[in-house]
Amino acid sequence: MASGSEQGLDTATEDYDSLIATTDVELLKQAWRNEKAAPEILQFQASLIQRSREQIQLMEDTVEEFTENGTDPLTVSLYQMDLDRTQFLLRSYLRIRLQKIEKYMIHISRTNELWNRLSEQEQRFAKRCTDDMEKHLKQSVLSRLPYGYQSILKQSISSEEDDMVPEPQLDTFVFCKSKGSVGAFQLDDSGDEIVDLVGDDLYVLRYKSIKALVERGQIDLV
Amino acid sequence: MAGQSDPHLSVFSAAEVEFLAEDEMVEIVPNMKMGPLNFICGDFGPFRPQIATEVPLWLAVALKKRGKCTIRPPQWLSVEKLTQVLEAERDSPREFQPLPFHYVEISRLLFDHARDDIPDVYMVRSLIEDIRYVRFSKVESGLETISGRTHAVKLKNLSAMEVNIVRPFVVRTLQAFYKHDSPQMIQHPDTAANRPPQVADRGPRRDLRRR
Repeated sequence: MASGSEQGLDTATEDYDSLIATTDVELLKQAWRNEKAAPEILQFQASLIQRSREQIQLMEDTVEEFTENGTDPLTVSLYQMDLDRTQFLLRSYLRIRLQKIEKYMIHISRTNELWNRLSEQEQRFAKRCTDDMEKHLKQSVLSRLPYGYQSILKQSISSEEDDMVPEPQLDTFVFCKSKGSVGAFQLDDSGDEIVDLVGDDLYVLRYKSIKALVERGQIDLV
Repeated sequence: MAGQSDPHLSVFSAAEVEFLAEDEMVEIVPNMKMGPLNFICGDFGPFRPQIATEVPLWLAVALKKRGKCTIRPPQWLSVEKLTQVLEAERDSPREFQPLPFHYVEISRLLFDHARDDIPDVYMVRSLIEDIRYVRFSKVESGLETISGRTHAVKLKNLSAMEVNIVRPFVVRTLQAFYKHDSPQMIQHPDTAANRPPQVADRGPRRDLRRR
């Protein structure tokens, strides 16, 4: 059942690889991939984003300086390419998060755990977004509906739960790659499903069951 | 939220997968002199004529386009190595051979921008295409084994582009099976009595490859 036969991968090289591969760009790329592939919003990488912003700022200044002091145009264009790539990563990362916030704003706003994953600016965005959406829906549709159908959260007054709040589907399946050897871990609450993750394995698994491993950085979504 | 469909099934665009591949390291031989480059993504160079150095693929391609270097194709990108891979790929119907995670994108980028640096480029190119084809038909036949009893699919050595292509289909299939097999769908006690008892008991995961 479990794939114990492949334990032979030497973890020493892997550890070394992960040590030298931890530039901020590498980390940003990883955060971007995970954020893109995960159905729910993940913890905002505050210090990483802060550092990346500073580095981008610094590089912008450098490129400007190069242009002014007449550095070889080839060199300048290469620096510009490096800058563009990092900026793309950062922008795309922030954008995916905004998309998720827009999609699940009500759910995020009232789930403490999720709310705390947002940056301050994102929280402000979520708040304004929710307010505007509510106002818009009320003015344009809900106020014209008969009594009992005017809630933004419920289909009708007879709904027992808030059945009009979109939530991310946590039991969807994701492709993931283990970094080092994670070892055997349980797939299900019931405990009858065990998967043995060795280094560099690629699996399609339910997001819910590997959520903790993603958060701890033991596994990458691809 | 039953029946909620997920529009984000294809997570990465092909261009984004290529973007990731462009960070893979490759060896170049510059034909010009240039000081070291201290990028956000790392330090590269200095560049001296005829002295090989390692740079990310995007930088290699940028220099190549301007005629400033030749690219040394990676070792796996040779007729000899790829022939071995193709044979092994054909010999093991359930296993994927280890190739770089971005082999499709790397080879494509090199074919497009550095074809004169790859010996026997036509042969290499057709080998890569054959390998892709063989691997893909393995993926397809593996997909047939997915059922309601599938909890996890193991695809060791599947590459980034291959993952991206099969993702929408695999995810939707697994989700559909999972949904129809979930206890919520079969919870009504009176109808459950008429069902075979093993419905709720989801069996072992399926592997796409045999160990």
